[in-house]
Amino acid sequence: MKYFLRKIGLLLFALLVAITLNFFIPRLMPGDPARELIDRMQGIPPESMESIRIAFGLDTKDALIVQYGKYLLNLLKGDLGISLSRFPTPVKDVLKIAIPWTLGLMGLATILSFFIGTILGIGAAWSRNKRWATLTVGTFIFIRSFPYFWLGLLFIYFFAFRMQVFPIGNAYSIYVQRGGWDFILSVLYHGFLPAATITVSSLGGWILTMRNNMINVLAEDYITVALAKGLPLRRIKNLYAAKNAILPSITSFAMSLGFVVGGGLLTEMVFAYPGVGLMLWQAVQAKDYAMMQAIFLFISIAVLIANFIADIAILLLDPRVRDGGR
Amino acid sequence: MQEFLSENILECQELVAGYELKAGFVRAVDGVSFSLRRGEFLGIAGESGCGKTTLAYAVMRLFRDNAKIRSGKILYSGKDIANASEEEVKNLRWEHISMVFQSAMNALNPVLPIGEQLTDAWLAHKHGDLREAKTRALEVLKLVDIPEDRYNAYPHQLSGGMKQRVMIAMALMLQPEIVIMDEPTTALDVVVQRTIIEKIQELRKELQFSVIFITHDLSLLVEISDQLAIMYAGKIVEYGPASEVFLSPCHPYTQGLMASFPTLSGPIARMGGIEGKPPDLIDPPPGCRFYPRCRNRHSGCDLSAPPLRQVKPGHYAACDGEYHG
Amino acid sequence: MFKDIGKLFLGNKKALFGLLLLTFFALVGIFAPFLAPYDPKNNRVETVTVLSEERDRSRTISREDLDESTEKRVYSQSVHTTYERITKKLPLKGKPSSEHLLGTTHSGQDIFSQLIWGTRVSLTVGLVTGLFTTLLSLCLALIAGYLGGLVDDIISLFTNVFLVIPSLPLMIVIAAYVSVRGVIPIILILGLTSWPWPTRVLRSQVVSLKNRDFIKVSKSLGEKPAYVVFREILPNMISLVMASFFSSTMAAIIGEATLEFIGLGNVSVVSWGTMLYWAQANGALLAGAWWWFLPPGICIALIGTSFALMNFAIDEISNPKLRKR
Repeated sequence: MKYFLRKIGLLLFALLVAITLNFFIPRLMPGDPARELIDRMQGIPPESMESIRIAFGLDTKDALIVQYGKYLLNLLKGDLGISLSRFPTPVKDVLKIAIPWTLGLMGLATILSFFIGTILGIGAAWSRNKRWATLTVGTFIFIRSFPYFWLGLLFIYFFAFRMQVFPIGNAYSIYVQRGGWDFILSVLYHGFLPAATITVSSLGGWILTMRNNMINVLAEDYITVALAKGLPLRRIKNLYAAKNAILPSITSFAMSLGFVVGGGLLTEMVFAYPGVGLMLWQAVQAKDYAMMQAIFLFISIAVLIANFIADIAILLLDPRVRDGGR
Repeated sequence: MQEFLSENILECQELVAGYELKAGFVRAVDGVSFSLRRGEFLGIAGESGCGKTTLAYAVMRLFRDNAKIRSGKILYSGKDIANASEEEVKNLRWEHISMVFQSAMNALNPVLPIGEQLTDAWLAHKHGDLREAKTRALEVLKLVDIPEDRYNAYPHQLSGGMKQRVMIAMALMLQPEIVIMDEPTTALDVVVQRTIIEKIQELRKELQFSVIFITHDLSLLVEISDQLAIMYAGKIVEYGPASEVFLSPCHPYTQGLMASFPTLSGPIARMGGIEGKPPDLIDPPPGCRFYPRCRNRHSGCDLSAPPLRQVKPGHYAACDGEYHG
Repeated sequence: MFKDIGKLFLGNKKALFGLLLLTFFALVGIFAPFLAPYDPKNNRVETVTVLSEERDRSRTISREDLDESTEKRVYSQSVHTTYERITKKLPLKGKPSSEHLLGTTHSGQDIFSQLIWGTRVSLTVGLVTGLFTTLLSLCLALIAGYLGGLVDDIISLFTNVFLVIPSLPLMIVIAAYVSVRGVIPIILILGLTSWPWPTRVLRSQVVSLKNRDFIKVSKSLGEKPAYVVFREILPNMISLVMASFFSSTMAAIIGEATLEFIGLGNVSVVSWGTMLYWAQANGALLAGAWWWFLPPGICIALIGTSFALMNFAIDEISNPKLRKR
């Protein structure tokens, strides 16, 4: 229970830090982005102006702490401001459309790559003197060094442009009616390449992490004991080695999730996939600050929740943690 | 006890084992011979790196990665373990020769309940059902005084001494004839050490298995061993009945070891009272390996190694110098 | 200490290969002015080989013809329509030829020259950022690990918090607010968002070193903190600091390319990132101009691989278990 509370505490604190960063970034930047902003906002109704003012600290005589309080209050009410690029739609409404796409694409791709990577990593460590293991590890060291977006470009070029087996972008065909099997098929068809990009890019990390953990575990005494006892190799591999090796792997999964999500955002940009990544890109192009900040907040929350889930997984898998140990 | 101390159950002949490295073969065990009788307690002592653990693993033929047996024989009731097929060795291990490993803390799988770690050994060999395995597991746990309700406990829920007793229980699971104990008490505090040693003695009398007990702590051995072997740099330098070796040590190295612990069963008995380092085992010098550190060295023994010689009936030492005592 | 690590490092095949790869790119960067056949920013329309199917459209267009912002908008709205527009608007695509090894951009700049000049910028940004990040996190780690107590608690808390806050979106938001576009803001932004991971790794090493006997002894002997930190702790962390530097540099090179690709860098500087930005903004991909977007990505991946290999080697050197046997 202590473990649980400590984790929740840390994540809530992280959330507060993310919000605070969001509040201070516009106020601490050199130059005057705020001025520029106000110039672009001629003709905005005064009531919308108010929340923009609070968000960016414009034209206000309030002390910083009061501004901060108002900002937090607005957030609690779910007021994320108005999108400038899609004026006058509230940011919240724009995000609502994009979030399911991102969650679906990235959630699926990340989980898939974690599982595939873990299984490959277990195998690569177990038979590490075999040729295929060396080859797999080597290949993924190389692939891991590609920027996500570039791998996306590569996939588009070969599979969508050259071979034309997959669509170039978007999340579904515009000729298909929403709802129904055709739509689902179309979504899967369109989602394949971006999902493959995220999966393949992040796979290397999980393979290497799991392989190294596994090799460390295989040197443990309890593996020698298991061999001496003459246990079936499968049992040693899965219940003695992998079950121990996966614990640190989940921890690093949680910690590098932020990085993977970042890569996922770029993948969306490249594939014009209508999730928050594409929205972030459009917001950057249009200097739609409210949008950008809301997206940053959303992604932070999503990553924090994923971290929380990883913590629960460790709690379930590690008897030492369950008993309140480390 | 003397009646069954007759038949040789394990015989090791000129065993050479070690590790294959880029620089060459490390002869961690270099021409070791000894024999073990039914029900006997053989103590093997030596400082760390002398090859005693390699010897233990060699007897089990439990080699991983680059370790291997190069030559020699390990005869277990007539069968040569060193040259047996993998399948034969697998059947022999644990069922006939089992082992208690150095630190119980690392020898138990932290994510599996101890009960399951006991039963899986049984299931791997006996092809029985889980109920029988569990019955046996509870039996051996009882032997080492661990209450039944700990059957489903995880290793971290047990104390250090309890974990080591679980390891002993695990070694006894299949009623082996030989149990090899590799520094089973090193990580434990002195009081717990005592109780574990006493437990081992008690079980041995009750179940009549033979023990090869390996330690760097000679003080532990003198009271409980029947036979004592002293290892230095891959070789047995002195071998004989424990009381004999203890009362009249012949090899200067043994003498040094004896001198380096303050009281007989004293708690802080440690080795290291002898100056200098053991030699390189990839390319060992031709003469006696203890020569550079020896107090009684004389010209000649740096050129050819003195073989084990009988000093008194059953008591051998590999030194041709003056025997003191 | 340094010598030993250097020797082991060079003796490792992976490390050597990585180092050679890095040296190659470093030399290319240093000697860019001599290696590049053309000025990377100069339009060389006259030497461009026009693709056969577009030869009839003889109109060459200059960059001014393309309205950048609308172009980008169009892309994001529908890739398909963009494709059509781009192929209509960009009749000129310099294919690789003997004159232009990697062809030219839409406005006739030599891509091979851009790649060479881009090496200079990308590698410099990567190395400077890597150094900055490593120094920053090393300072934090030493302060937190050595002082311990409340200072450690606070630094560790923030390290753990920033570790879970996704850094790329944070970078993007900060970069979007910075009105100065250029290399230095990118270095600062990358450095200030990527310290948590190395800090965490280095701190735990400092803590474990601090509890080693030799450090405890010299502390109790009254050695000055500066002496203990710089003479006794730091030399023992060399390999880990090197590993952090390599991975930070690798992350920085990818990070720089990412920010520039999104358009948050100075797009008039020639680097691998801006090359990809222009390639994407001009629809190189859908015009089939592989010679434009493939090379920068391959270079990034090669540099990344070189750092990854060196890191792998360091892992193997400091963790013998990972060594191949």
